[in-house]
Amino acid sequence: MKSSIVKKYVMALSGLFLMLFLFQHFCINATSLFSSDLFNNISHFMGTNPLVQFAIQPILIIGVVVHFIMGFVLELDNKNARKIGYAMNNGAANSTWASRNMIWSGLVILAFIALHFVDFWFPEINTKFIQGDWSGAIEGVEGYRYFTELQHKFANPLRVGAYIVAFALLIMHLLHGFSSAFQSLGANNKYTRAIKGFGKVYAIGVPVGFIVIALFHYFNH
Amino acid sequence: MSTISSKVPHGPLADKWSKYKEHIDLVNPANKRNIDIIVVGTGLAGGSAAATLAELGYNVKSFCYQDSPRRAHSIAAQGGINASKNYQGDGDSNYRLFYDTVKGGDYRSREANVHRLAEVSGNIIDQCVAQGVPFARDYGGLLDNRSFGGVLVSRTFYAKGQTGQQLLLGAYSAMNRQIARGKITMHNRHEMLDVVKVEGKARGIIARNLITGEIERHSAHAVVIASGGYGNVYFLSTNAMGSNTTAAWKIHKKGAYFANPCYTQIHPTCIPRSGDYQSKLTLMSESLRNDGRIWVPKNLDDVKAIREGRKKPLDLTEDQRDYYLERRYPAFGNLVPRDVASRAAKERCDAGYGVNATGEAVYLDFATSFERYGKEQAKIHNISNPSEAKIMELGQEIVKAKYGNLFQMYEKIVDENPYKTPMMIYPAVHYTMGGVWVDYNLMTTIPGCYAIGEANFSDHGANRLGASALMQGLADGYFVLPYTIGDYLADDIRTGKISTDGPEFEAAEKDVTNRIELFINNEGTHSVDYYHKKLGKIMWDKCGMSRNAEGLKTAIIEITALREDFWQNVNVPGTATEYNEQLAKAGRVADFLELGELFAKDALVREESAGGHFREEYQTEDGEAKRDDKNFAYVAAWEYRGKPSEAVLHKEELVFEDIELKTRSYK
Amino acid sequence: MNLTLKIWRQKGPQDKGGIVDYKVSDISEHMSFLEMMDVLNEQLVNKGEEPVAFDHDCREGICGMCSMYINGEAHGPNRGITTCQLHMRTFKNGDTIYIEPFRANAFPVIKDLVVDRSSFDRIQQAGGYISVNTSGNTQDANSLPISKENADLAMDAAACIGCGACVATCKNASAMLFVSAKVSQFSLLPQGQVEATDRVMGMVKQMDEEGFGNCTNTGACEVECPKGISLDNIARMNREYFSASAKG
Repeated sequence: MKSSIVKKYVMALSGLFLMLFLFQHFCINATSLFSSDLFNNISHFMGTNPLVQFAIQPILIIGVVVHFIMGFVLELDNKNARKIGYAMNNGAANSTWASRNMIWSGLVILAFIALHFVDFWFPEINTKFIQGDWSGAIEGVEGYRYFTELQHKFANPLRVGAYIVAFALLIMHLLHGFSSAFQSLGANNKYTRAIKGFGKVYAIGVPVGFIVIALFHYFNH
Repeated sequence: MSTISSKVPHGPLADKWSKYKEHIDLVNPANKRNIDIIVVGTGLAGGSAAATLAELGYNVKSFCYQDSPRRAHSIAAQGGINASKNYQGDGDSNYRLFYDTVKGGDYRSREANVHRLAEVSGNIIDQCVAQGVPFARDYGGLLDNRSFGGVLVSRTFYAKGQTGQQLLLGAYSAMNRQIARGKITMHNRHEMLDVVKVEGKARGIIARNLITGEIERHSAHAVVIASGGYGNVYFLSTNAMGSNTTAAWKIHKKGAYFANPCYTQIHPTCIPRSGDYQSKLTLMSESLRNDGRIWVPKNLDDVKAIREGRKKPLDLTEDQRDYYLERRYPAFGNLVPRDVASRAAKERCDAGYGVNATGEAVYLDFATSFERYGKEQAKIHNISNPSEAKIMELGQEIVKAKYGNLFQMYEKIVDENPYKTPMMIYPAVHYTMGGVWVDYNLMTTIPGCYAIGEANFSDHGANRLGASALMQGLADGYFVLPYTIGDYLADDIRTGKISTDGPEFEAAEKDVTNRIELFINNEGTHSVDYYHKKLGKIMWDKCGMSRNAEGLKTAIIEITALREDFWQNVNVPGTATEYNEQLAKAGRVADFLELGELFAKDALVREESAGGHFREEYQTEDGEAKRDDKNFAYVAAWEYRGKPSEAVLHKEELVFEDIELKTRSYK
Repeated sequence: MNLTLKIWRQKGPQDKGGIVDYKVSDISEHMSFLEMMDVLNEQLVNKGEEPVAFDHDCREGICGMCSMYINGEAHGPNRGITTCQLHMRTFKNGDTIYIEPFRANAFPVIKDLVVDRSSFDRIQQAGGYISVNTSGNTQDANSLPISKENADLAMDAAACIGCGACVATCKNASAMLFVSAKVSQFSLLPQGQVEATDRVMGMVKQMDEEGFGNCTNTGACEVECPKGISLDNIARMNREYFSASAKG
């Protein structure tokens, strides 16, 4: 863990894992656009399946924490590597804003995750693990409760606004993070161009998708 | 005048080195651990010597003035390195390389040294490849060669246009291996300011730490000087800004003879000067002459029009151009040796045909090659009836692959696109064949003090062929000195550590500090550069590409006067106990001011024209150099006696057993 | 042209240092940047002031000694050149130019614009070589064919001049481009295979110990590198490091 390159591997692998998670999360959320039933069914499955709950969920949390902590360690290391800075520095001449500001886009995303936890995850844990209600039902609603909850949350314009800001920064984060992860792992070869191209599509497509879902529910509830 | 012994072993030329190696004394590995060697300079010669000596087991202390050994000026060599591998099967051999080098040197080099050089040349390539030097290769994966001026075979190995860099990094990596093992102690940013002799033998040096200003004593059983040439005596040269003669000059003042200082190589393909502020000149590899044709306008009217910007070089038709090298030397054409090409350019420019504002530039034109390669490529790619533009494009691609980095460099400096308009070039001081006199063992006339690489006078005679400097530096450092130094050190196995407390070290240190104090306390009126530029102008005007007795005599008077003025009026700011570049420069220029005088004196005494030394009084009717083998087939080794004007000439007669002395002809 | 220069002045390693303003006039557009500095220094010497200390040597872009951070970029605004190859035609009359040393903890300032880059040497000493003795008895150079592609790639990596622009430019002061260039050169050649594991482990360890930052793939180093050393080399080193770690 002391080696700078190992730190890079950790950052890259946890990042790739989170991108995979993000993609499946996006796919599930996307079902809410056309079928509340499908969304409810998948959500209930994910929320109650023991494998997901007790194996994948902890891994995901570890992934987030590792990625976050390592990002912070790297940032501190890197700030310390140049104690006296330049009076005049033209970073824009040689690198993208996104690549230079991963810590800031990362922190905004982290803040968003906190909000997300307060919104969805803590209530879920409370319902399931503290109150012991694994039914997925809620008073006054037929079937499962998930779709209704989703709609409620996106009724608030402030929340939708925060959502959009966070996902805009996620675009920035991914625009650099996607191809960077491959570079860090040394997966740089004849497919590099394709990886970079796909990375751009992913980095913009997925967060924009999330924003569309949020806006859809805001306008359609 | 006395004569001196070169200690060349007897026997047939081709066997001398191998026989000699078999019979010289060796030092056993256990004893090598008790022997220290100082190496000053970390270029190809110094770097390779330090690495090899350390590898053999000696304790090496290495010194360089740069911040890292990797920055020595060998790094700037572009074109390549010669070796008689005969990989191209074009008839190359050790003998031919030897012969070309002696002939190229205008028969003023020592036969036995040159033959040894040719013999080890192949080993150098093997060694460098084993070290991971990325030489250019062909599609079969084997090593590629190119041809160079003054020879009829392709024997030059290269790594793009950065051969010197790659070879130096190879030597540097070999050094790093030994530094990591603790066998080399590296002293970066240190400058040697004197040699210390104990009982007549070189036993150490006084060096200044360029960062702290501290004066340090270092002792050793032998001292190797690999500090390069003295081209910066001209102020403007292709040498690095810091390249200097101080180490070589200090040992000269302590008893090492200085040989043939007047042999200076003026390289024909450099970027012309643009103004008085110019701090150095940039060389472009001579390999450009393989594909470029050199010309000036035939008519002075056209010259005038071009200088005033009324005409462009491309406006001139073929019959309005004078391809003067092809005209004068039909056999070698644009590939004549450097001295010949340089002088021919000067001859045209002196006659008023120079094509830029300063009047000191000729064209190097690639249009013919674009066309030739373009047609070839069109055939290869089966393009029938290609348009002229297509041919040019195809041809330019080939030239780009060969010299892309040089074209790019030219464009960066001159701000003109050499693919569209011919390059402008002019000769510039590049290499000094003269240097510290050494015997066959590379030992100077101070016992235990060696000189290798450009710092010595050895192998190139009066003119060096392209791609031979790298060969000589590495040959000396990797394969010659490590053997010959053992012969001397074998007597030192019982000497033990040399103390730096002796009176000799004390005296030498005192001399050094006195001189530094003199500079610091002088509070004069002119900067060091002011004097350096003045010296450079005297040297270029009167000891440059062509010389005459009257000019040389004036030069001696002027340099003497300038030196006196320097010591009275030089202004060195700052203190002696800090990083002070002006102070370091002052010491170097002080030595150049002495060397310059000896240079002129040597040029005056040599009443013939040979290689880089062209005396206007001694030329044939058509302006070619006229050698005088009867009276001047000797090495002029100068002994220092208090000041340059008192220097005493010793002659080493040059004996040619295997080569017949001929008039060098490239016609 | 006339210019205002804002130059970092620092008397010694312990001094705090700061930016000092200077004016220079009658600068020719054909001058190189360092020749402009020469003009300034000549002025300062003649006024009895201390000239600005800066590193420079070959002045043809190959020794790697010159190291100025000009207007916020290593070696100034142009691409593919060192400071000594920068010409004044890049600037306009009346411009203000910031000139600072290459900055990184691993490159401490010695004086003014002169920094200590010996950390680079120490990294090379930690494995940047092939252990072969100079016996003169190595096998014939042509007994080991190397594909042109790999030989060319090795050459491209080996073109590094060790100037430190990558470190100076990197927001993290990372030396990955420099280290990976050497690792790549040898990993592309058969001669380098024998010691490949120790080389990459040793050099990376030394790099970390010298206090360089971590690479975050911003790519700034590649853009500012005067020799255009490619980021691919960093990826290659990451691979090499991975397989070396796997071997233990």
